[in-house]
Amino acid sequence: MTKPIPNSTTSGEGREEGKGKGAKTKPRYGLGCEGSANKLGIGIIAHDPETNQSRILSNIRHTFVSPPGTGFLPKDTAKHHRSFFVRIAQTALREAHLSPRDLDCICYTKGPGMGAPLQSVAVAARTLSLLWDKPLVGVNHCVGHIEMGREITGAENPVVLYVSGGNTQVIAYAEQRYRIFGETLDIAVGNCLDRFARTLEISNDPAPGHNIEMLARKGGKVLLDLPYAVKGMDCSFSGILASADILAGQMREQQARIRKREQKQTNGESGAPNGDATAKQEVIPEGKEKSQGRSEQNEVIITPEDLCFSLQETVFAMLVEITERAMAHVGSNQVLIVGGVGCNERLQEMMGLMAAERGGSVYATDERFCIDNGIMIAHAGLLAYETGFQTPLEESTCTQRFRTDEVHIKWRD
Amino acid sequence: MTTLLSTDHRPPSSAPQPSTPFTPAPPPILTHSPSASTLITQGAEARLYKTTYLLPHLPCALKYRPPKPWRHPILDARLTRQRILAEARILAKCRREGVRVPAVYAVDEGGGWLAMEWVPGAAVRAGLNAHLATGGERDESDAALVSVLRRVAAAVGGLHSVGVVHGDLTTSNMMLAPTPNHQGEEGAGLEGVIVIIDFGLASQSASDEDRAVDLYVLERAFASTHPRAEALFTRVLEAEYGGAFRGAPVVLRKLEEVRLRGRKRSMLG
Repeated sequence: MTKPIPNSTTSGEGREEGKGKGAKTKPRYGLGCEGSANKLGIGIIAHDPETNQSRILSNIRHTFVSPPGTGFLPKDTAKHHRSFFVRIAQTALREAHLSPRDLDCICYTKGPGMGAPLQSVAVAARTLSLLWDKPLVGVNHCVGHIEMGREITGAENPVVLYVSGGNTQVIAYAEQRYRIFGETLDIAVGNCLDRFARTLEISNDPAPGHNIEMLARKGGKVLLDLPYAVKGMDCSFSGILASADILAGQMREQQARIRKREQKQTNGESGAPNGDATAKQEVIPEGKEKSQGRSEQNEVIITPEDLCFSLQETVFAMLVEITERAMAHVGSNQVLIVGGVGCNERLQEMMGLMAAERGGSVYATDERFCIDNGIMIAHAGLLAYETGFQTPLEESTCTQRFRTDEVHIKWRD
Repeated sequence: MTTLLSTDHRPPSSAPQPSTPFTPAPPPILTHSPSASTLITQGAEARLYKTTYLLPHLPCALKYRPPKPWRHPILDARLTRQRILAEARILAKCRREGVRVPAVYAVDEGGGWLAMEWVPGAAVRAGLNAHLATGGERDESDAALVSVLRRVAAAVGGLHSVGVVHGDLTTSNMMLAPTPNHQGEEGAGLEGVIVIIDFGLASQSASDEDRAVDLYVLERAFASTHPRAEALFTRVLEAEYGGAFRGAPVVLRKLEEVRLRGRKRSMLG
């Protein structure tokens, strides 16, 4: 049996083939542009083809923050992205100590996301591509999150919980697709938290979810009764949000009542507080007896902290449950949390306890990589580019709906 | 500014732990005779033990829902209690209506356990995996496969016809129980009676919406575990589901809607 004549190139150079670049140690550089929601992020990553190592050269982000009580509207967000894009791109290049000609490709978020912000970033990415004569790579936002999470944490083949303001999915990899095992049937968990922050009119800076987490840490005296909505591996959050909003309304009424009573008392009216027949306990914490006859002094005072605590405990228990179901189903004991809500330390703690009980562990990243960023788009885009994928200019569109399982993951076995 | 990716950003909590074989403590009910029980599976929600009931030769499945330390204790107790009771009620109802499910032996909703009849045989999932291990996409020419998918569809139809929706239909939650005619060993092909198990997320409902969602959950779970028979299963399900259930046409129309709902879901973020 004759051996095939070995190719003159070494195996390490094999991956460089087709790019026409001879230097075998030259890393590849990808620039990623992300703007599917209210964060504009541009990052530059380097992949070393020899060591298979990645290096983050820069990861710059600017967030559009709307006033308390409001959400970010597409047109304002798009305007924000347009006004900051050039500045952020220049900073990213400066920090990376690169010039545009060093780059191999321009990666941008193709979707899913909000239409107007996606479009403004896609236009900017096309401009860079034409200006610098570099190929474009359209990236699925969710795949960006997953690939970056895997890269940062080193998790091999985890069940992925992707939780953000727009997405809630439990994902596992099989046969070159990220398959969605469970997802929300209505709004995303982050959207539920963001909108509840709006109800409470708390600040959106740095992020509404972060401020809810801080409030929730101060709560915990009572657990208020909220619906618990898990259907198989799917879940639903809109009913929970509606119930939490109702509780918030009751809390305001209660606060108004207490203020009125205090005013009365300071005005010298020493009448028995029980005289107010309409005042009855409306919010009954779970696990305590419903005693309508309780006097007002014993009324359980509901605070925003308790509301945030109860909301977090309920929705995170649901997320941990659907993740655990998926882990049991695919027989994995690793879990990776990605997406903005993944920053939440209570969620990480709960997930960690669950994974430990199954003999596994949880992988999570911090806000630099959990929250939308440019580097994840650069990383996933460069992975695709290395398999020969490019997005021709005339196809460099963006789309609001782009499912995670539509992407062919050519770079994994 | 350059940073190495592989280790630097990993928070301490996410460090992988050595993978040691993991055995949870048995439930309090079994601690007196641990040798007489074996842990069969650790599902997402509960652990299933094989033990005996009343007589040493009467095998029994003991489903134990351990406390979940990550859940708020009040929420945890509420969910455990609700789910144990609902499961026992639904099993009893199915039994009464003639749908083949495990019989209930004993319940302790406070202690979080439920003792049931032991169903012999292997899970449909294992049978299908063995059957589909070689070869590509399947079609109607695979008679053994079509036969088992028909029985699966009929079993689901039977369940829905008595007003029960399962809530977590997967091929792991269906057993191929040996019949008197086929007293085969465990995992012997695709023969046997389909016995649906694990009613932990089941509910009593006659709503077409709930039934359609039930089918959708099954369809998706099937697609992700047995992609090679995905298309065939959808065809068999649509054809055979109605055999055991008269309301099938409405539910199947609803299923179309539910599928679209999944596809077109807004995905901002």
